[in-house]
Amino acid sequence: MHIPIETFELTNGLSVVLSTDHTAPIVAVNLWYHVGSANERPGRTGFAHLFEHMLFQGSANVGSNEHFELVQRAGGTLNGSTWLDRTNYFETVPSNQLELALWLEANRMGYLLPAMTQQKLDTQRDVVQNERRWSMDNQPYGTWWERLPALAFPEGHPFHHSLIGSMRDLDAASLDDIATFFSTYYTPDNAVLSIAGDFEAAATRSMVERHFGAIPRGSGKPPLADMTLAPTFGCALREVVSDDVMLPRLFIAFRSPVLGTDEYFAASVTSAVLGLKKGSRLQRVLVREQQIAAEAAAFTYDLSKGSDLLVVDVTARPETSAAALEAAVHAELDHLVADGVTAAEVARAIALIETELTVALQSAGDRADKLSMFATYFGDPGLVNVQAERYRAVTEERVNAYIRTHLVPDNRASLLYVPREPVHAPLQDDLAMAEPP
Amino acid sequence: MTPTAGGAPTTKPLPAAPRDYRFPRFERRTLSNGVQLLVASVPKLPLTTVLAIVEAGASVEPEGQHGVAALTARLLLEGAAGVDGAAQAERFESIGASVESQADWDVATVSLTALSHRLPEALALVRDLLRWPTFPEREVQRLKEQRLADLLQQLAEPRGLADERFANAAYAPTARYASPEEGDAASVRALTRLDIEAFYAARYQPAGTTLIFAGDVSMDVAETLATSLFGDWTGHRPKAAPRGVDAAQPGRLVRVIAKADASQSELRIGHAGIPRNAPDYFDVMVMNAVLGGLFSSRINLNLREVHGYTYGASSAFEWRRGAGPFVVQTAVKSDVTGAAVQEILNEIDRMRSAPIDEDELTLATSYLDGVFPIRYETTAAIARALANLVIHGLPENYYDVYRSRVRAVSTGGVLRAAQDHLHPDELRVVVVGDPAVVAAPVAKVTGIAPEIMSGHGGEVTR
Repeated sequence: MHIPIETFELTNGLSVVLSTDHTAPIVAVNLWYHVGSANERPGRTGFAHLFEHMLFQGSANVGSNEHFELVQRAGGTLNGSTWLDRTNYFETVPSNQLELALWLEANRMGYLLPAMTQQKLDTQRDVVQNERRWSMDNQPYGTWWERLPALAFPEGHPFHHSLIGSMRDLDAASLDDIATFFSTYYTPDNAVLSIAGDFEAAATRSMVERHFGAIPRGSGKPPLADMTLAPTFGCALREVVSDDVMLPRLFIAFRSPVLGTDEYFAASVTSAVLGLKKGSRLQRVLVREQQIAAEAAAFTYDLSKGSDLLVVDVTARPETSAAALEAAVHAELDHLVADGVTAAEVARAIALIETELTVALQSAGDRADKLSMFATYFGDPGLVNVQAERYRAVTEERVNAYIRTHLVPDNRASLLYVPREPVHAPLQDDLAMAEPP
Repeated sequence: MTPTAGGAPTTKPLPAAPRDYRFPRFERRTLSNGVQLLVASVPKLPLTTVLAIVEAGASVEPEGQHGVAALTARLLLEGAAGVDGAAQAERFESIGASVESQADWDVATVSLTALSHRLPEALALVRDLLRWPTFPEREVQRLKEQRLADLLQQLAEPRGLADERFANAAYAPTARYASPEEGDAASVRALTRLDIEAFYAARYQPAGTTLIFAGDVSMDVAETLATSLFGDWTGHRPKAAPRGVDAAQPGRLVRVIAKADASQSELRIGHAGIPRNAPDYFDVMVMNAVLGGLFSSRINLNLREVHGYTYGASSAFEWRRGAGPFVVQTAVKSDVTGAAVQEILNEIDRMRSAPIDEDELTLATSYLDGVFPIRYETTAAIARALANLVIHGLPENYYDVYRSRVRAVSTGGVLRAAQDHLHPDELRVVVVGDPAVVAAPVAKVTGIAPEIMSGHGGEVTR
């Protein structure tokens, strides 16, 4: 698989990536701003994400609810998302509506502030606080999203604090904060624009220049605090959370090398060996054979700065105690460190990853997002075309070397959720009729 | 459109001329034993999706065996043709093939996605599990326990709990749709290996099976593969689905499912809807898009963008062969629960009392028309679209006329659809939340004192 890529840079510093595919009259526009929750200042946790919401509230030439409406009226889909170190905005539209998408993105990159009002900020603050309740506070295990990074990154590290933010910090966000954040981070030289799908490259290039060319370059952003950490935690970390859940669930994070390194690929394959699909080690041993777990998975965060995390996530079966769950997961990890994995397990993982990489190139939106990612983190969108090769180069030896150095007991940060009130013999015959105490 | 001096263009650009789009061509064949084939050759990437659609959904389960359809479908992956589940998974995964098996209300579906050069091997494994599943006792017990664990988890999970309690409130107690698709604790606990074997024998038959191929594969290759793997499968024709899956419960009903100290209320408001093959399907779909189907719909703009009550609010008709539910769903901050319910009731009334603006109509129809090609970018999405043709018996040219049917919907049709299919007097209001905070305000806006129930289904107080 090789997708065509063309790149150029505007004089104001905006990086542009083009990738044509004329199989359907569809085009995806995707913008990555190199700013995320890591860039927030103390007392303003959650601000990067709140700011993302404000970017859908109109700009100098776009009315309050118009952004969504114009794209939907054009037959397009759209959204945005905020992550630890980047924020993205994207739409997929019929190809004859490409210029509309570019105009909307340019208008909010260049001319957002005239449309910002206290009322819009207050409403979006309410919306985001409800998003926090919906995704975390009122959802079993939902707080793992902020507890795990808080446990795995030291106090003061840019990845330590909550991405969605505390209610108090959200309350404190002001229009002044909006203006400062916008002029510091939402500048063309801090962004990548990717366009993928059915378009004509030369005409699109001049369209991009017309819409984005006049937006002034930024005056630089403050550097992130030093993110260098030792390669492993150096000791076991552990937090137990008593919560409104029915079954114990254990997350274990391992400090791991950053996205893009050779060791990252070994880590990514290790996560697939451990937790991707039924044939993976944890699903086979803990779910099928020992029947201790109801579910088991593993994944990498894919962080590109400082260090990454590999995470194992296992939920107990109703008859399994939290202690038994924890013991079984650690025993399996110890077993891996002692005996390693087989060549067949590595081959299985790479075969599945290769299919997933192909599946992920089908839609224009996914393609554009990957191009923006590689351009933002590595300055080279062409890396999208060498991912399969780099995975195929991972050997059993490299996976086992990774496991011996990174899955060891003193590189495990455990976050254990336990039911607030012990659930005794929960599957007796009265389950369907039982009253709460 | 002219650029301003030194600035970017200030007015909205006009669209260029649209390029034609056609839904992928597909062909049908039928094997001599009744297995049907639908093949869409889409050779963009070296990837093929195959769906095996079997007439074995939850709607045809025998009385008292709720959950047998889902369990049977899942157990296909837990042992077949003399190979146990672990080895079966290993065989699929070592060639990078992804396989899933599940049953919904209407059918059971085995879905396979594989790189094209692995398709013959992967499809042979699908043949094994469809034709020669072994249902090992140990795996039957394990997957039953798994389902019971899911049910237990749901008691602490407001969204799933709200969905389940809403379905229970919307249908008559005897309707199959009133109880969970995958069965409740009592029905699942009672299922035996014999029940599963009997359900399999009755429902998994060549004449009730369709193989759908979408991706990098030709009709001839697909037919050759299907004939060699499924051509000698013999059996009987499965019986048609029984009636009575969807009987509605009359009257209004308000329930609060107690979750003490909940920071939010999960809301479900609606009633039994209409079947997928309703003659005014397009009117209803457009009506729902305006009401709550789009981000820019009335309900979402009202609850989220005007009031800030929620992160999102939507409405949907769930399309099944029988009359699936119509439901408005959202999660709101606990102390605005009454106000949010009131706004939703108002929006439903407003939809029925006056025609929508021309502007609202064109927003919905131009969205549904324009987004059509974007929906079919992947082999999985194309295969799923073809499955809907099969499951609901839609016309062969359905996807060719879809966009013109959408554009033909009028404000009059939308008003008629709202008046015919939204029933304010039949609404069920289900709230998973803190009764101490929400019961009184909900009683006030609905005019009905809510039944307060536990997550387990029992009533706490009235």
